[in-house]
Amino acid sequence: MRNLLAAILVLFAACSAHAQLSIEITGAGAERIPIAVAPLAGEGALLDGSSATISAIVRADLERSGLFRGLEVPRLVPQPTEASRVNYAEWRSRLADALVLGSVAARPDGRYEVRFRLYDVLKQSALGGVAYTLTRDQVRATAHRIADYVYEKLTGGKGVFSTRIAYVVKRGERYELQVADADGANEQAMLVSDEPIISPVWSPDGRRLAYVSFQNKKPIVYVQDIEVPKQRVVANFKGSNSAPAWSPDGRRLALALTRDGNSQIYLIDPDGSNLQRLTRSGGIDTEPFFSPDGQWLYFTSDRGGSPQIYRMPSTGGEAQRITFEGSYNVSPRVSPDGRGLAYLTRNDGRFQVALLDLTTRQVQVLTDGDLDESPSFAPNGRQILLATIVAGRGVLTAVSADGRVKQRLTVSAGDVREPAWGPLNQ
Amino acid sequence: MRALWTILIASALAACATTQTPDTQPPAGVEDRAPGAVRPGPGMQPVPPKPVTGVDLTGDKPAAAAPAPHRDLANILSQRSVYYDFDKYDIKDEFKPVIEAHARYLRENGGLKMLIQGNTDERGSREYNIALGQRRSEGVKRMLLLLGAREDQVEAVSLGEEKPKETGHNEEAWTRNRRSDMLYAGEY
Repeated sequence: MRNLLAAILVLFAACSAHAQLSIEITGAGAERIPIAVAPLAGEGALLDGSSATISAIVRADLERSGLFRGLEVPRLVPQPTEASRVNYAEWRSRLADALVLGSVAARPDGRYEVRFRLYDVLKQSALGGVAYTLTRDQVRATAHRIADYVYEKLTGGKGVFSTRIAYVVKRGERYELQVADADGANEQAMLVSDEPIISPVWSPDGRRLAYVSFQNKKPIVYVQDIEVPKQRVVANFKGSNSAPAWSPDGRRLALALTRDGNSQIYLIDPDGSNLQRLTRSGGIDTEPFFSPDGQWLYFTSDRGGSPQIYRMPSTGGEAQRITFEGSYNVSPRVSPDGRGLAYLTRNDGRFQVALLDLTTRQVQVLTDGDLDESPSFAPNGRQILLATIVAGRGVLTAVSADGRVKQRLTVSAGDVREPAWGPLNQ
Repeated sequence: MRALWTILIASALAACATTQTPDTQPPAGVEDRAPGAVRPGPGMQPVPPKPVTGVDLTGDKPAAAAPAPHRDLANILSQRSVYYDFDKYDIKDEFKPVIEAHARYLRENGGLKMLIQGNTDERGSREYNIALGQRRSEGVKRMLLLLGAREDQVEAVSLGEEKPKETGHNEEAWTRNRRSDMLYAGEY
């Protein structure tokens, strides 16, 4: 009977999932591109009552990046589409630098076709466009694709609107490992437990999550396929099993085990075979993180007397100290381009996320909280998602890599923590 | 939606019917709500579905633990906790008599088993705190073994910052949460 109730609870969570994770932008870049995303002709046909229109989702995506300012577009008659001749003077008078026009058409097979074109209003030229076929329940996914296209054309960087994030929600004594779209929509529970869940990390192909669950009263590392509701134990040795990190090729996991005494770093296959010990220090070694080229493992160690970040060859070998300022530098996360290192640092008793330029050695503190933790880079390297406490509640914050744009992600009636931004190629 | 309810309730009922072997079946989870594969038309880019399914463990509670046999509040053995400074794992002198008493108790009662749970305050990295909590519990274990407890009697684990005794975000709560707890079989 308990199973029935639990299953219904999970189902209820899935049904009421939309917009559970709400996002508020608390800062923006100084120079935002003014863009007009005109309502797509016929897009109302895709509405099912509660959902937003494609153009509204595209605009919200772009604004959330902090790099765009969406302009209000009144209802135009006749409604312009990607096939219309563009009245550049009119859009210029609306102060738009960029413009998206498009249309939605029903197909005989019951699906829909969305076409759009992106224009540079200043240069009076079309920058390109795409057509998609979709079913009614792919409206959001399609809008995110359009936003990705616009973002890449206008900023040169990859859009991350089609990516997903994982995080842990604590509601009372209940822990939920959730996966949602990057805008917080489509939240779905991967795991619900009465015991803590921490450290979710996405496999490089976005198909699996490794995480640490205390469901058997101690930290054990599991891997779970996103589409199959079945956990697989990766590491359940004596003591603690934690801090999983995928190698860039997805074939190995680095993790921290205490089976031989202190926390040390090991490599293991995702199926739990081929265990190999990498560090042999007298102190604590934990939080391994692969460099994007797979050559290095960054990790936290207190071998020098205080927790600091080190790196060693990913095959093992001599470690080299990376952080020197302060007495507490932990949770290394290398940026996707390999040039930066985000980590957690203690400043005057406050725990904040800093970014170290690995070439110039310059450090910039990006956040201003008291209890920030768990940084995770967006796959385009332009934002870092992290957990913090605001007014006694756990929330997620996304900060741009220059520290200027900030968003806050909250859940109703719960603490949200342990964010992990998924890869681009999902 | 009704079909989904039916599937879930049916699968949940099936789970009830097989409770004699609860460990062999994963609990019922969330059904895939995403659409099936979409075949792209000529010149079109398909939008792939993103199905997610989940595992539910909330029904997985073990049976209630038996009451502990040794809980005499007048006895030093009723003291089970060792407290630490921030980011430290050395055992302060004031806690050594308690550990000595438990070592003696374990030595004299060879059938007893103990679990030591290392805890930290909420500040800093959750993963570093797992390692720090382990270092704390291992320190207590090492002292117990030095004083005559057997290796197979004592297990040291870490709860990191995940199971705070005090949930506040202040120094008072943090002080109480930087702790190793010595628990006897049946108490955890």
